[in-house]
Amino acid sequence: MVEDRRMGDLIAYIILTIGVLIVAFPVWLTFVASTWDASTVINGEMPLYPGPYFLENYKRILFVGTSSTTREPVIGMMLNSFIMAMAIALGKIFISVLSAYAVVYYRFPFRMAAFWIIFITLMLPVEVRIFPTFKIVSDLNMLDTYQGLAVPLIASATGTLLFRQFFMTIPDELLEASKIDGAGPFRFFKDTLLPLSMTTIAALFVIQFIYGWNQYLWPLLVTTKDSMQTIVIAIKKMIVTADALTEWQLAMATAMLAMLPPVLVVIAMQRLFVKGLVETEK
Amino acid sequence: MAQVTLSNVKKVYAGGVEAVKGVSFDIPDGGFCVLVGPSGCGKSTLLRMVAGLETISSGEVAIGNRVVNEIEPADRDIAMVFQNYALYPHMNIYDNMAYGLRNRGTPKDEIDKRVKEAARILAIEPFLERRPRQLSGGQRQRVAMGRAIVRKPQVFLFDEPLSNLDAKLRVQMRVEIKKLQRALGVTAIYVTHDQVEAMTLSDKLVVMNAGQVEQIGLPAEVYRKPASKFVATFIGSPPMNILPGAVDGPGIIALGDAIIEVRDLREDLAAQAPVEVGLRPEDVEIASEGQAGSLPFDVEFIEELGATQLFHGKLAGQPFVMQAATGEVAAQEGRLWLTVDPDKIHVFDPKTGARLGKG
Repeated sequence: MVEDRRMGDLIAYIILTIGVLIVAFPVWLTFVASTWDASTVINGEMPLYPGPYFLENYKRILFVGTSSTTREPVIGMMLNSFIMAMAIALGKIFISVLSAYAVVYYRFPFRMAAFWIIFITLMLPVEVRIFPTFKIVSDLNMLDTYQGLAVPLIASATGTLLFRQFFMTIPDELLEASKIDGAGPFRFFKDTLLPLSMTTIAALFVIQFIYGWNQYLWPLLVTTKDSMQTIVIAIKKMIVTADALTEWQLAMATAMLAMLPPVLVVIAMQRLFVKGLVETEK
Repeated sequence: MAQVTLSNVKKVYAGGVEAVKGVSFDIPDGGFCVLVGPSGCGKSTLLRMVAGLETISSGEVAIGNRVVNEIEPADRDIAMVFQNYALYPHMNIYDNMAYGLRNRGTPKDEIDKRVKEAARILAIEPFLERRPRQLSGGQRQRVAMGRAIVRKPQVFLFDEPLSNLDAKLRVQMRVEIKKLQRALGVTAIYVTHDQVEAMTLSDKLVVMNAGQVEQIGLPAEVYRKPASKFVATFIGSPPMNILPGAVDGPGIIALGDAIIEVRDLREDLAAQAPVEVGLRPEDVEIASEGQAGSLPFDVEFIEELGATQLFHGKLAGQPFVMQAATGEVAAQEGRLWLTVDPDKIHVFDPKTGARLGKG
């Protein structure tokens, strides 16, 4: 039945290829649009191959910006987005690891109550508590600051839950062996728990970095200055609907640039995943 | 090197469950004490209290004349080997062994010396750079022992260290543990549910049941003269046969149709009082049919163990197992006649399970 299996394989490949094309074509189109000049894009006769304006468009958008709506160079917005995403990802990992450590390894009064309160915040994402959160941030004079962008998004339970589940799979004997080996709570955390958590940390970092990078609603609310806006907001602002002309080639270039860091993070962390998996599974 | 003394040690859990109900004994310096009992008997809890991994509800644990109730595990001068080895998976073997010493601030060259020495003793030198996952169970077990040795503790604590190994390796490691403990002269407490390990390793055997000590003694002593029906059936494989009997007079027991004069029997027992009679499978002898004092044994099937054979059947109507050297008894089903050596009979109180002996 060799023939049949070949047919099956062929069909599978065709379906997969169609799937990839469906996903990849808009990305390609975006890229192509970012390499032509404004008139080619706008008159609806844009070819499906890259044009000669790649360097010009990207140089302009990175260091100068659009002429109408956003004005700021995109490199600054990327920096804003990067700082916000990193702050969210790292801040969340820091808080989650510590809180999960406390909940799993310490016996203190209202431990479970503390855990459930953390758990309940899962039901209260920023969108739900947006007004009170905005009020607090503005009262603390954190509008138009990096703290204001990142801190409210750091507070959430997903990371704590993830680490709690992971810590609970670590055998108690490791803690006991550490105790006998003279490692106090901090040593155990630093020497045993953190190295064992590296893959989980990497996973959470990827998720949270992308989550932070893609934030739209919250940055839209708390940033008013052009110098503080993030790249995701900028894309939206560049697409003008009313009186001005949308510089599509620049908006598309910005979109390409906005995609880049998350992709890089995934690729870089994927290696760490594999490394971590190989090391622990062997 | 130190002696370990437990005085009236109790463990009561938060819910009120009494896991250990007042245990007292001491282990001489350099002694090898094995705590044995069925699961849930409190033996591991007791060990963990000595280690400092469980708090002591009441009573005292002393290591080398120092009461350690309130002392941290790391400062008790003990080393523990866990059932699942509890090696640090992210550290190589060298670091696994060196970790405790580093935490204590031992100088680097001293650590190096001790780790290499332990690796040499345990024949794990080629693996020092590897991770625990790259080693077999037996090798990991050695590393766990190495981690204990390098600390040069006063007491070794073993928590069922051989349970995760296959049968052949278990026997091999058992011998090695004993040799090692002798060579180092370190006091050891060893928890196991395996009565063979308990018998072979210990020079002080503590049999526990339901949070209490049933008997303490030399292994041979515990085997020869079990203090209770529980000990009698727990120690020994196959287990001791228990048959219903009755008192027939001072020092005399009726077992089925046989009247046996038992030397080690309390003489104040009421006549006709029911008793339980314990007989080890190897403590019966073949008699000729109808011989005075003999009992009929109907063999139902025979198990071959190589050097010995187990005869399963009914002795005077009660389930019974007899062990005999292969070839000693014709291996066939049917009726045999057995006599019992009165010195090897154990008599227990059917209600309390206590031995009804003289002393």
